[in-house]
Amino acid sequence: MQGNKLYQSQELAIKYFTVAIILFGAQLLFGLVAAIQYLYPDFLFNTLDFSIARMLHINALVVWLLYAMIGAVYWLLPDEAGIEVVGIKLANIAFYILTAAVAVVVLVYLFVQVGPGKESTIWFITEGREYIEAPRWADIGIVAVVLVFLYNVYATVMRGRQTGILTVLMADLIALAGLYLAGMFYTDNIAVDQYWWWWVVHLWVEATWEVYVAAVGGYILIKTLNANRKVVEMWLWIEVAMMFGSGILGLGHHYFWIGTPEYWWEIGALFSALEPVPLIGLFVHVLYDWGKERGKGNEIKNVPAFAWLTVETFGNFLGAGVWGFMHTLPQINLYTHGTQWPAAHGHLAFYGAYVAIMISAMYIAVQGKAGLERLKMTKAGWWAISLISVGVLLMTVSLTVAAYTQTMVERGMHGATWEGYFAAQSNMWFLQGIGWRLVTGLAVIVGYGFLVYDLITCPKHQPVEEGETAAAAA
Amino acid sequence: MAQKVSVWTSNRFWRRSATWITGVASVLLILLTFDSMAQMKMGTAEDIAKKIDKRIPSPLVINYTIEYKLDPYRGHEIPIIGGEMQRKEGGIKSAYEKKEKFFGRDDYTEEEARALIHKGKLTIQAKNCMDCHTLLGNGAYYAPDLTKAWLDPTWETLAPAFNGKEYAMAAFLQDPPKMAMHERKMPNLGITEEEAKAVVAYLKFMSAIDTNGFPRNFGKIKGAVDARK
Ligand code: HEM
Ligand code: HEM
Ligand SMILES: [Fe+2]
Repeated sequence: MQGNKLYQSQELAIKYFTVAIILFGAQLLFGLVAAIQYLYPDFLFNTLDFSIARMLHINALVVWLLYAMIGAVYWLLPDEAGIEVVGIKLANIAFYILTAAVAVVVLVYLFVQVGPGKESTIWFITEGREYIEAPRWADIGIVAVVLVFLYNVYATVMRGRQTGILTVLMADLIALAGLYLAGMFYTDNIAVDQYWWWWVVHLWVEATWEVYVAAVGGYILIKTLNANRKVVEMWLWIEVAMMFGSGILGLGHHYFWIGTPEYWWEIGALFSALEPVPLIGLFVHVLYDWGKERGKGNEIKNVPAFAWLTVETFGNFLGAGVWGFMHTLPQINLYTHGTQWPAAHGHLAFYGAYVAIMISAMYIAVQGKAGLERLKMTKAGWWAISLISVGVLLMTVSLTVAAYTQTMVERGMHGATWEGYFAAQSNMWFLQGIGWRLVTGLAVIVGYGFLVYDLITCPKHQPVEEGETAAAAA
Repeated sequence: MAQKVSVWTSNRFWRRSATWITGVASVLLILLTFDSMAQMKMGTAEDIAKKIDKRIPSPLVINYTIEYKLDPYRGHEIPIIGGEMQRKEGGIKSAYEKKEKFFGRDDYTEEEARALIHKGKLTIQAKNCMDCHTLLGNGAYYAPDLTKAWLDPTWETLAPAFNGKEYAMAAFLQDPPKMAMHERKMPNLGITEEEAKAVVAYLKFMSAIDTNGFPRNFGKIKGAVDARK
């Protein structure tokens, strides 16, 4: 219990987690700015316009999730493989290069913001493509760093123990990295542009990231519940089959209206409608394992990590599965496409599927670093998980009310014109939805404060139960 | 060896299934992508001369009138470029005949038109348009969808004062706060006159993309359902 020595790779993981949690804070801050601008459009007008605030909001989100994902792999890799990560020096250098590059990109976003309509802007300022605005030089840098990361993973697994979890991760990470290349070219043809843009965005969040989550979720189940590895890994393969089986062709649900052939209506509808199935599976699996272990009288070894994993499975099912399904059929999507619907769905899906599990992984690292046999939930930790989860859920409900109004008024009544757009934006129901988004967003931000506090202090503030000595946490 | 293990609880079975399913889905996606890319190639002057409809038409459409009309054959609205004609199978299609002046000209060559939309697309990316607006329905939701912005009735009302809606749109883009129509204003993004013309050309070109009927009922039922109008 005492004198816990971490692998160097795990020290690196903590660095990745630290940057991740800081960027999470930046994400929330810029989201707050954008949310205020919806209600008070003059707020920071011409200083930090909505476009810049929103871009920073979602870019920070994607980048911190990637940081946390890389961090979690560096954490579990030596643990699973049973050896120190191969090429750890290089991995450390790559971390600093990546972080410096991210800092430069953010400063340019903030202070240069936009450029002239020339190729040089695409290379050095912004690519202007939602989620992957990072200029081309940064794209190339990211690819280089990811190659180092992949080398670490592959070289380590070759030399160490090759578990099922690692096998899935190896295959998945290479696909995840490869897909980024689909977003790295320019074309005048906006339909073709968006066709490949969705390869990155959809095939990340609805295929490769989901499989990543299933694999890391399996690891966390083993760590928190002592779940049976053989069962976990079998279930993991079933999840992979279902996720890739539905998610890859489910891509078609973005090809209804962008200049693509009509056959995507049927393909997109059919396969994306199947996408919620593995998400139910994930949820049931976690609850089943929980019940089984509790039935045997076994304690959960890391309560916050397990609690966040439970939020993950439920939030993933609700946000991606239910909220995704709501607008995935072309008959409905014709009217919801480009309204607040995707925003409502995007918040709960990203939160449920990815934010929650990355926080869970961070608690695993907190426990490992402190060298505690068991990590219990503190008061602050409880506030964090409650405020953030309830906040995001209610924020999604608020946005759904706004979305419903927008669909009816702008799309149904006015046929999506300029005038129709503003008629919807000033509708009382719409404004209320947008107002409650701000309120619930603030709850999330308060919860974030608790979270940071708890991640730093929870090993020291472990609640003491009857029959235990205070020394346990020393 | 002799131990009886059900195939349903065998990791090997599921690993193989996962690999096969992923492989088959990926191959299908790649095949479909080849077909889609072929169908989504940008049209050429030749296509227009031969009246061949392309999902993504030639940039030369900026020389023609563009409308968005219900095609009874396909059951939704389609872009009609240069007037309409009957389609052999039924319904209507573009005739590529009726021209329209765009910044004073209706004789842009293919190179000129391509250069314009190239500049327009670069500007659209360089100014982060999609971080407030949606284009083809994708982007942010803080400002109106631009897919059919060229056809928006609002511009028709401004057109006379500017001698044509392309001039009105270009003027707006160069200094949006000056022409603001709502409390939620578009910021001044430093768009030059040259860039503004190119962006308007892009918007006109984009409104001619065949989006399978998105958005539905564009500008059609204003006042029909809304009792206040
Ligand atoms: C964790 C998984 C998922 C995440 C993180 C996620 C996230 C998102 C985001 C952020 C968007 C908006 C993209 C934009 O900015 O234009 C989106 C769009 C969409 N998502 Fe998901 N999603 C997930 C899973 C799903 C699933 C499982 C379904 C269907 C069952 C689904 C259906 C859709 C549809 C139909 C759209 C298109 C909305 C439109 O543009 O009309 N999503 N998703
Ligand atoms: C865990 C927390 C959060 C996650 C995962 C998240 C995720 C996202 C995503 C994926 C989008 C893009 C949606 C799309 O394009 O469809 C988005 C947009 C946005 N988010 Fe968040 N967000 C979070 C917290 C917040 C908070 C706390 C606020 C405000 C207080 C906020 C305000 C906004 C705003 C205003 C937009 C722009 C939507 C638009 O274009 O209309 N977000 N967020
Ligand atoms: Fe998708």
